[in-house]
Amino acid sequence: MNSFTYTSATAVDAAVREKSTNSKAAFVAGGTNLLDLMKENVERPTRLIGLNKLSDLATIENNPEGGLRLGALATNADTAWHPEVEKRYPLLSQTILAGASPQLRNMATNGGNLMQRTRCYYFYDLATPCNKREPGSGCSALNGFNRIHAILGASEHCIATYPSDMAVALAALEATVRVSGPQGERTIAFADFHRLPGDHPEIDNTLETGELITALDLPAQGFEKNFTYLKLRDRTSYAFAVVSVAVGLELEGNVIKEARIALGGVAHKPWRVVAVEETLRGATATEDNFREAATALLRDAQGYGSNNFKIELAKRAVVRALKQATEMNQPLDANAFLNSNP
Amino acid sequence: MSQLITTPRLVEAGTSNTSHIGKPTSRVEGPAKVTGTAKYSAEFNVPDMLYGYVVTSPITKGRITKINTEPVLALAGVVQIFSHENVPSLAWFDRSYKDDVAPGGSPFRPLHDNEIKFNMQPVALVVAETFEVARYAASVLEIEYAEDKFDTNIDLKRDEGHEPGSGKTGFMPPPPPRGNPNDALKNATHRIEGEYIHGAQHHNPMEMFATTVEYHPDGKITAYDKTQGVYNVQQYITKIFGLSKDQARVVNHYMGGGFGSGLRPQYQVFLAVLAALELKQSVRVSLTRQQMFSFGHRPHTLQYLKMGTNPDGTLAALHHHALHETSRFEEYTENVVNWSGMLYQCENVKLGYQVAELDVYTPLDMRAPGAATGSFGLEVAMDEMAYAAGIDPLDFRIRNYAEQDQNMKKPFSSKKLRECYHEGATRFGWDKRTPEPRSMREGNQLIGWGMAGGVWDASMQKAAAKATFTADGKLLVQSAAGENGTGTYTIMTQIAAETLGLPIEAVTFELGDTNMPEAPVQGGSWTAASVGSAVKNVCTDIGEKLLKLAQKMEGSPLKGASIDDVHFADGQIRLSANPSEAVVVRDILAASGEEKLEAETSAMPNLIKQQPYSMHSHNAVFAEVRVDEDLGTVHVTRVVNAVAAGRILNTKTARSQVLGSVVWGISMALMEETVMDHTFGRYMNHNYAEYHIPVNADIHDIDVIFVEEEDDKVNPLGVKGIGEVGMLGVAAAITNAVYHATGKRVRELPIYMDKLL
Ligand SMILES: Cc1cc2nc3c(=O)[nH]c(=O)nc-3n(C[C@H](O)[C@H](O)[C@H](O)COP(=O)(O)OP(=O)(O)OC[C@H]3O[C@@H](n4cnc5c(N)ncnc54)[C@H](O)[C@@H]3O)c2cc1C
Ligand code: SF4
Repeated sequence: MNSFTYTSATAVDAAVREKSTNSKAAFVAGGTNLLDLMKENVERPTRLIGLNKLSDLATIENNPEGGLRLGALATNADTAWHPEVEKRYPLLSQTILAGASPQLRNMATNGGNLMQRTRCYYFYDLATPCNKREPGSGCSALNGFNRIHAILGASEHCIATYPSDMAVALAALEATVRVSGPQGERTIAFADFHRLPGDHPEIDNTLETGELITALDLPAQGFEKNFTYLKLRDRTSYAFAVVSVAVGLELEGNVIKEARIALGGVAHKPWRVVAVEETLRGATATEDNFREAATALLRDAQGYGSNNFKIELAKRAVVRALKQATEMNQPLDANAFLNSNP
Repeated sequence: MSQLITTPRLVEAGTSNTSHIGKPTSRVEGPAKVTGTAKYSAEFNVPDMLYGYVVTSPITKGRITKINTEPVLALAGVVQIFSHENVPSLAWFDRSYKDDVAPGGSPFRPLHDNEIKFNMQPVALVVAETFEVARYAASVLEIEYAEDKFDTNIDLKRDEGHEPGSGKTGFMPPPPPRGNPNDALKNATHRIEGEYIHGAQHHNPMEMFATTVEYHPDGKITAYDKTQGVYNVQQYITKIFGLSKDQARVVNHYMGGGFGSGLRPQYQVFLAVLAALELKQSVRVSLTRQQMFSFGHRPHTLQYLKMGTNPDGTLAALHHHALHETSRFEEYTENVVNWSGMLYQCENVKLGYQVAELDVYTPLDMRAPGAATGSFGLEVAMDEMAYAAGIDPLDFRIRNYAEQDQNMKKPFSSKKLRECYHEGATRFGWDKRTPEPRSMREGNQLIGWGMAGGVWDASMQKAAAKATFTADGKLLVQSAAGENGTGTYTIMTQIAAETLGLPIEAVTFELGDTNMPEAPVQGGSWTAASVGSAVKNVCTDIGEKLLKLAQKMEGSPLKGASIDDVHFADGQIRLSANPSEAVVVRDILAASGEEKLEAETSAMPNLIKQQPYSMHSHNAVFAEVRVDEDLGTVHVTRVVNAVAAGRILNTKTARSQVLGSVVWGISMALMEETVMDHTFGRYMNHNYAEYHIPVNADIHDIDVIFVEEEDDKVNPLGVKGIGEVGMLGVAAAITNAVYHATGKRVRELPIYMDKLL
């Protein structure tokens, strides 16, 4: 870890100004990801701009669209346990609580969660080449140990996955990311926030230099009646998803009026295919239809060796998640240990 | 939990308040641990201390061609950089670097020359005024390497294994084949064969390796070192650095887990001592979690088993062959296959054991070394054999029960494995099992029941202890034993207190200091037997002195009595024939005018008594798994582990040991594997986030049964040790349960969901 200076920001515009004029500055919120990366010398900022005093950004309140606005500095724990989130967006609650550990969620913030970087082993280890860490050096995972790597949307330059759970639910819920930058404020549709690696795996998302995430807007539709987050992982808690699925359904009897399916652990961003969701609209909620949707979702999937199994696993997970959401036969206590890992 | 413990018989005190052995006494060091006063190696803050940070090699094999130290030495706060370029001349011969637990070969010497022998090899130590500066300086130190080709993949070395030489202490080459294993297999009614694999596993105790070396003004040092054997470390550093024993004291009072990783001196102790002696200042070196993957590990092992049965379901033939990795410089060995010639009755047995050299660091004993591996292969194969022969797996084992150790051709000193099977099966409800795979389910969950078992050595080493009894009625007992969380402090306190009839509170047991009498490294499950016997002996010596003094007291009822005529209980020396005739122990010193009594003695195994016997502990494990039919996720919902390990000294700490073993077995079955990328020769999941061990949510019901077992041959205490036996068969029982649940036979650990899709 290199030496750095630290200041605690008291206003958004000042924080943005400072960040946009200093290429070696970084925002820090909970620090649960950034500090690890600094200790491993993967990131070497010389100036940290602390965000935790921006208490205006730590609130959770109604937004004008009839939904909820989640402050970027609200912690993952406060968000998951917020009564309005639990009531109106139980999918989000369940998803957040499936991630990390209570200690981490107490520190981790919503903004930091969106910005967390891949857990690719090679990215973390300076002894191995990695295009994301050092563009042009090569991708060690491509022909290496890639069990936790992408099966969708990868490029020859990078096959990393984006590890957040929370973001998978946010993708399904079609959240909007509110940011504040040197040019003022703007919003980014969730689907456009994270990007695929393409030729530039070093860039994770579409945030511009100096931009700060201020909030996440949830639309009114919360799929609070029929939803699930199914997280498959190598141990029951405190592990990243091997494959995860967030599902929100609107049902009328046995007929699907609206379906959202987002996959985690399979790509450089939460994976959604709107066209597939559309095929489910008006269809009956049967296992056959679910299987068809799963097959369509994974049609272009490609394995790289150790992760080949994820293609079949993801299909089965989609079917299971859709069934669970339809039947709502899952334990909804977010702390039930087996809830998302049957 | 059942507590079928034999009545303590150390003293014939019956129900006195000071009969402690076998009781669930709480950890005597518990309050110190939970209040933070228990200090670990990296917590000794000595004045004027410098901090060292280790730089490790990013390459696997080759040479260092250049170290650019100048710009780093110029950084504020950096004191020195040690590397092969400036290490002073140290001991020359290999034997100086050999510790008590070293395998054959030529031990790795940190910073010895520019050669790189394995990935993450320590290549430099940056010493600075603060830890942060040292860490930063280490990150910008430029080192150039010339890389050579290397081999790290045991899969490609299948045909290049060789039988190891003499190996390390405790290694027993497999016995020669017995009977006619090839023909017997050919003629068997039913046959199975298979390859059983697990990858490398790292110990990963919670506490990272660290050494704080305090440099005294007279040039002597005290090394607070994370180790399972302070004497082992002392002889290692004194030989290498040419110190006398009184110049180097080694201390370890507490360990945040060892599991074998602290058996050998790790490189941080070498580096910290080197820096302290060179700089004539105190130095601390702590490893990072990542660096905890840079030394010994349970080796990646390939096992091949073949078995056949006779028409009556007895074993006709058994072949077990194992191959594992070792380094290029040392020949690590463990007993993987021998157990297979001993656990079941079989006349035709062929055992083979080989190692193959790779460009990795030398493997290292890890909890139940060899046996955890061997019992996985053997016990999964036994399950396959039972299914092939159409016999219930438990029944099959009982049918092939070994009444004597066929390897050694000796009877067992005691063996209550049958009782383990019986009590374990009853508790588990094994009789309700439907044998057909996939025959038990609940919704999406396939339920499987599996069982297995194991055998482990009951050994004892020479150990010494010292006792001081003072006029205030307090007893201090000391021995340089290790305590890595197993309960040593507590059981030694119990033995001492019971021997002299004192309450627990009157006794203090201290350990882990080379200023104390010598004890062996803490491993092999021999501490209870070895140090326990020394403690008992030294307390008996104090008892004799007390008796002599008591006899001098006016009107003493003990006059003329020998030590065998009396017993110590409730703070008194009593005549056994008439316990109401007694002397209060506390009064004895006062009456005699002595301030304290001291004794020092040792205990050794009674080889003549032991020689005719094979001495082992055994266990039987029953496991229930739930496997998601579609998704392949596995949960171990129930485990019953029945252990026969002689006398249990403390049912609470012993139970904890077995609980921990079961958790580790679950971990071995479902999660643990250090994955190497052979392009780099480097372990890639070298951190706690990606090297998985169970969390609380993975652990459900664990039931521990201690089967009553008396053994007067192993040692005077009748204990066999329980640190390792509990782990045996756990991974196999789970693997077998997974088969029962799913009909899929997994032969390679860990059983990730990938393998069940
Ligand atoms: C052992 C471990 C296990 C974990 N398991 C899981 C898991 O199972 N599932 C899961 O989803 N996550 C998991 N996490 C990740 C955890 O959720 C993230 O580390 C956390 O959400 C990051 O939030 P933070 O506030 O601590 O971010 P920080 O570490 O403070 O920052 C992360 C990044 O975000 C940037 N940043 C922070 N706030 C803003 C903002 N408002 N605007 C712009 N940029 C910003 C920072 O500059 C930095 O680059 C795990 C983490 C660890 C260490
Ligand atoms: S997958 Fe991406 S992050 Fe991983 S090594 Fe390749 S380039 Fe780096």
